[in-house]
Amino acid sequence: MPDGATLRTAAAPAPLAVTGLTVRYGGRPALSDVTWRAAPGLTAILGPNGAGKSTLLKAALGLVPAEGEARFFGAPLEAVRARVAYLPQRASVDWSFPASALDVVAMARLPRARWFGALPRREREAARAALAAVGLADVAERQIGRLSGGQQQRVFLARALAQEAELFLMDEPLAAVDAVTEETILGVLHGLAAQGKSVLMVHHDLSLVQAHFDHVLILAGRVVAAGPVAEAFTDAAIAAAFGGLPGRGRGA
Amino acid sequence: MIGHNTLIVLLGCAALGLAAGVVGSFALLRGRALLADAVGHAALPGVVAASLIVAALGGEARALAPLLLGAAVTGWLGLLALRRLTASGRIRPDAGIAVVLSAFYALGTVGLSVAQTLPGAAQAGLTHFILGQAATMTEADALLAGALALGCAAVAGLLFQPLRALCFDEAFARAQGLPVRALDLALLALLLAVCVAGLPAVGLILVVALLVVPAAAARMLAARLPAMLALAGLFGALAGAAGALASTRLPEVPTGAAVVLSGLVIFGLAALAGRRRGA
Repeated sequence: MPDGATLRTAAAPAPLAVTGLTVRYGGRPALSDVTWRAAPGLTAILGPNGAGKSTLLKAALGLVPAEGEARFFGAPLEAVRARVAYLPQRASVDWSFPASALDVVAMARLPRARWFGALPRREREAARAALAAVGLADVAERQIGRLSGGQQQRVFLARALAQEAELFLMDEPLAAVDAVTEETILGVLHGLAAQGKSVLMVHHDLSLVQAHFDHVLILAGRVVAAGPVAEAFTDAAIAAAFGGLPGRGRGA
Repeated sequence: MIGHNTLIVLLGCAALGLAAGVVGSFALLRGRALLADAVGHAALPGVVAASLIVAALGGEARALAPLLLGAAVTGWLGLLALRRLTASGRIRPDAGIAVVLSAFYALGTVGLSVAQTLPGAAQAGLTHFILGQAATMTEADALLAGALALGCAAVAGLLFQPLRALCFDEAFARAQGLPVRALDLALLALLLAVCVAGLPAVGLILVVALLVVPAAAARMLAARLPAMLALAGLFGALAGAAGALASTRLPEVPTGAAVVLSGLVIFGLAALAGRRRGA
């Protein structure tokens, strides 16, 4: 007979569950009929270029038109937005934008403030704390275009952290970053897991998967494999997704 | 000496430039600056139609408010047409803007020439809307345009936080649940209102420059958006006032051209300063 804890775990809705998710870009399917339940903890979303990894995150968040359904913690996104944080790809914005690192991170606190006027001091302080958590306290006032690529990536991570969510959707935060940034991001990742939070990270470096993630979702326009790393992260699944190439270590 | 009426017109043009700098900054950062060109040209048939309607009803054909209302209606129709044209993705915004701009402008010029064959004063002064003529503005005209412009600047200031978030990262703003469609609509409405307010002084052909040039100059100097808005507002106000002053002293020079040339001087100085700063 299962104890209470097991029962609760079994009954807790998945941080993200998608059903029949299909996305077409100009008629060509980018993602076909993906049905998947994310497990709590750290999940790496893997697959070759054009496998639909980023598209899966965007479709779940309603950022691209999609068929099918996405539920967060058992509810539609609108009902639980405050529990879901998003970290887009760094290349998706113009970093010459006139804003400081603190300005960008403070944007995460907008839903907690009135829609007009200045952001309250306590919200700016929360943003400052998030910047400190990624080691950027001393460049908080710097214009974002004057930060290194790795620092810019950490600004995005700080902005996601400042959302104080329970589920974090991260689109390639480890792409082309320096060693300090990679270490910081992985440290934050494990800190989030220790607090019982969940992370779904689009990721391309297969060598990091076993050491840092609990679960994988391997995509190639559809689900190739999904589950705990020990079961689903197999050579056969990787070969199937990456077209039979021995893709370990490389394959973004 | 500057007379009372001239002073009011100067202040009205300065207010217009300030608002154009602020609203233009958001439009520039959102990649929508060229829409001001479409709106400006799309306004002409509305101005002509409004003047004909007012004349037919026996009203005062030179009254500014109905003309601006007509300009706003067809300006908005131009934006709707642009949206329909580009909705499928087969026509890109640059081509869409070219089609809308020329179609509405052509319609407006035909309307103008028809209006000129009609008896009465319906068409009187309408050509000033093409290149702008601040010198012919009355005190009431300047107050109306200035108040409309300042209202736009105030609304943009109120929406500062969500507009900044939208302009920097639309996907993140949407994921956060910000009302992106409503914000874009508000920005378009502000753009339309500033363009319309600028028509009598700057004219429909060059009103786009009033929205873009001060904002672009400020963009080269400012590291943060509040500073960019302040600089763009200041540059716009200076250009507006200088252009209006030039127009009252040299009535043969269209105000729009004088305003834009003043703005370009500021732009050139800003570019030099920005380069020296290494920004």
